[in-house]
Amino acid sequence: MNAITKDRSDTLAPFGSRLDGVTDPVRKAAIGALHRSGLPDRRVEEWRYTSLRFLTETPLAAPVEVYDAGQVQAQLETLGLTTGPLADVPRVVFVNGRYAAPFSVLPSEVDVSFFAKTQTFGTLSCPDRDPLTALNTVLAGDGAQLHVPAGKDGGHVLLVSLGQTDAPVSFHPRHAVVLDEGAKFTLISIQAGQGRYLHNPVLEISVAAQANLKHVTLQAEGEAAACLATTYAQVAEHGTYDSFVLGLGGALSRQEIHARLAAPFATVHVNGAQMLAGKQIGDVTSVISHAAPDCTSRQTVRNVLDGHARGVFQGKVFVDRVAQKTDGYQMNQALLLSENAEIDAKPELEIYADDVKCSHGATVGALDDDQLFYLRSRGVPNAEARQILIHAFMDEALGLIEDEMARTLCIRMLARSFPVAGESA
Amino acid sequence: MPAVTETREAVEKLGQSSYKWGFETDIDMDVAPKGLNEDTIRLISARKEEPEWLLEWRLAAFRVWLKMDDPKWAKVSHPPIDFQDLHYYAAPKKKPGPKSLEEVDPELLRTYEKLGIPLHEQAMLAGVELPEGETARPPVAVDAVFDSVSVVTTFRKNLEEAGVIFCPISEAVKDHPDLVRQYLGSVVPAGDNFYAALNSAVFTDGSFVYVPKGVRCPMELSTYFRINARNTGQFERTLIVVEDSASVSYLEGCTAPMRDENQLHAAVVELVAMEDASIKYSTVQNWYPGDENGRGGIYNFVTKRGACRGARSKISWTQVETGSAITWKYPSCILQGEGSVGEFYSVAVTNNHQQADTGTKMIHIGRNTRSTIIAKTISAGRSDSTYRGLVRVLPKASGARNFTQCDSLLIGDQCGAHTVPYIENRNMGARIEHEATTSKISEDQLFYCRQRGLSEEDSVGLIVNGFCRDVLKELPMEFAVEAQKLLQISLEGSVG
Repeated sequence: MNAITKDRSDTLAPFGSRLDGVTDPVRKAAIGALHRSGLPDRRVEEWRYTSLRFLTETPLAAPVEVYDAGQVQAQLETLGLTTGPLADVPRVVFVNGRYAAPFSVLPSEVDVSFFAKTQTFGTLSCPDRDPLTALNTVLAGDGAQLHVPAGKDGGHVLLVSLGQTDAPVSFHPRHAVVLDEGAKFTLISIQAGQGRYLHNPVLEISVAAQANLKHVTLQAEGEAAACLATTYAQVAEHGTYDSFVLGLGGALSRQEIHARLAAPFATVHVNGAQMLAGKQIGDVTSVISHAAPDCTSRQTVRNVLDGHARGVFQGKVFVDRVAQKTDGYQMNQALLLSENAEIDAKPELEIYADDVKCSHGATVGALDDDQLFYLRSRGVPNAEARQILIHAFMDEALGLIEDEMARTLCIRMLARSFPVAGESA
Repeated sequence: MPAVTETREAVEKLGQSSYKWGFETDIDMDVAPKGLNEDTIRLISARKEEPEWLLEWRLAAFRVWLKMDDPKWAKVSHPPIDFQDLHYYAAPKKKPGPKSLEEVDPELLRTYEKLGIPLHEQAMLAGVELPEGETARPPVAVDAVFDSVSVVTTFRKNLEEAGVIFCPISEAVKDHPDLVRQYLGSVVPAGDNFYAALNSAVFTDGSFVYVPKGVRCPMELSTYFRINARNTGQFERTLIVVEDSASVSYLEGCTAPMRDENQLHAAVVELVAMEDASIKYSTVQNWYPGDENGRGGIYNFVTKRGACRGARSKISWTQVETGSAITWKYPSCILQGEGSVGEFYSVAVTNNHQQADTGTKMIHIGRNTRSTIIAKTISAGRSDSTYRGLVRVLPKASGARNFTQCDSLLIGDQCGAHTVPYIENRNMGARIEHEATTSKISEDQLFYCRQRGLSEEDSVGLIVNGFCRDVLKELPMEFAVEAQKLLQISLEGSVG
């Protein structure tokens, strides 16, 4: 009769005994929450558009610690991280969730430590509210903890996660980024891999007063992989968190961002784009909480969907009673290239303050016939005309990436996964 | 922000003034004992002299309901409802067949008089001559529901001449059993949701409208619902069927007497539009919202849905929601017929401790179907108001088109306004646009009005009226006036 109070721990079967024998109090609390909630199904409002059934079908073992160095090198080359301007950027590389020292070059202006050693969980995440964060909390093995001291410019750092497996595995890295007062930093997260795996990272971000973090995530996971990533960001007075997520890979991916504007005049950008085809499911979910007055948030998310792909956008803007003079804007747009593609969008405003300016918009449609006609009448072949229009649609989103190096990387990766010309025509 | 402060004060003042229409009529009631079980349902069915199939239908719905949980997803909160602590049947004491106004309990007529229901409009139909040069506005037919049983229905004969059936659904069950049986539950199935299942099990009365092929209903049909006796939930059931190329405009208006205990109201409205048919369904809802501390007030949990079955059919919902402690209501359109059209125009006003979670669902099934959603939300006091709407385009709905606009206005800093649209598109040939804004009355607008000599209050009134204009202009003439009055009562005192 009551699906909500039922013990749903049977959905945790794929993880078997990996969840047993936990002693750490934080992990113990998380496993309690996890047993109560189980992995969410589509009856849970936050998951109504994204099913995790894909995950519960096969056991997911812990990954073996040895990896094939040659393969890692090849993966980095494919991503274009070994040549050109990106080759010189400091990097922290993880393979199957474990720190891979031989491929990493640690930055000089940023303090780096590792979760495997410190075993410290942050305080921003909510394991009792978010089941996938609880799962990460129980199973977290390693992760990067980056700290930029006050007033310092941390420059660019690549945070690379590679999956590399034959048998189905799961790994749950726990990352943290802390910017002290007035610090600056650009973080480029890259998620990629081969084989069948679940990548379930949690990233906690703390941006102190006057600090500025640019964060670009490139999700190019393997085609059989699932990536369920959750980011928690908190921004202090006059601080800025500018994030962009580009979703290209994975059979199933969800980039969930919780951004909290904790003090006046903070700014948050939660932008993104997805380009999906085949049977991919890509989910961009965000909760932007205005908890202080005079803050600004901006969000633009664009989806291009081909084949049988399904795009999901859930964006909530929450404005607390104290958050007067909030300025919030949210836009979600989708372009469907195939008869079988689907978009599900749920932009949401929850507002408790009266002196605010909040708006959101959403549009869904196919390529514009008039625009196509315009190009064709000037002698551009159909397939090429379509490409031009799709490019134009995506370029507007990618233009929101302020950091040039990150933008170049995203544009290159996007071009590579561009739909085959006329696939759906 | 002096304007806002003034408005807030005025709104508070309003809350303390007594609910204008909070009176209670004292007439004998025939009340079923409290509680809900199969015997209650058998009793209702027996009292209403229903056929066996309808009793079975009710019982089946009841059995489904027993297995359901009340919905938790809406953004409203209230103490759990004890469904065994309610009366499920209350009928004014039966007199042998009140066939004309003269036979109706005069106490009842006085109640309606206070409400301003134009029961006496029959004079016009009877052929009272108008001065030359003056055109009569279209007459209005009223099916008055007093608590659960329709007491009198005017204009019946004139409608019958046009071939239109407009009668209490309990009568339709007797007189037109085939029609009722064919369409009842065909749009909102008995097990559709918790409150629809409850309604299917225990509905007592409501209206039935049938417009045959090619007939344009000669007048606007109107039902005034009124909840009266203490502790009676009211469960109306409305069914409107409009055949090919026919059309009807239906008005639903509600007021309720003041009382302390919360009352449950779970109505179901089903609309069926065939080829080229059109239905316009307008509601002004002003049930008792509770006092300024949030005590009392109606729980309004309503399922309204229309099916555009035929090609080019059209269903248009217009609602002005100012009353009820809690509103949970999503008038929807299932756009099945090719080129069919769904519309939803809504103004929802909440004040004091009111909660409203309302919106619509537009399900595009057929090709070239179109829908428009315009929702205006005004929150004041300590109230919470949510727009929740679904636009779903299914794979075969090529050329489907939706436009949605939701605007919220907050008055005071203790209220909330929320927008939760769901957009699900599975057809590349569909175009969907959604936009929403939330704001307060801008200083510039106020300043502009004040500068031209309007008082603070008049200015706010003007601006609020302008804010709602897109919706109010969709209301039929008869309702537009009443709707404006209600807006004034709900928000005004502040809002000239």
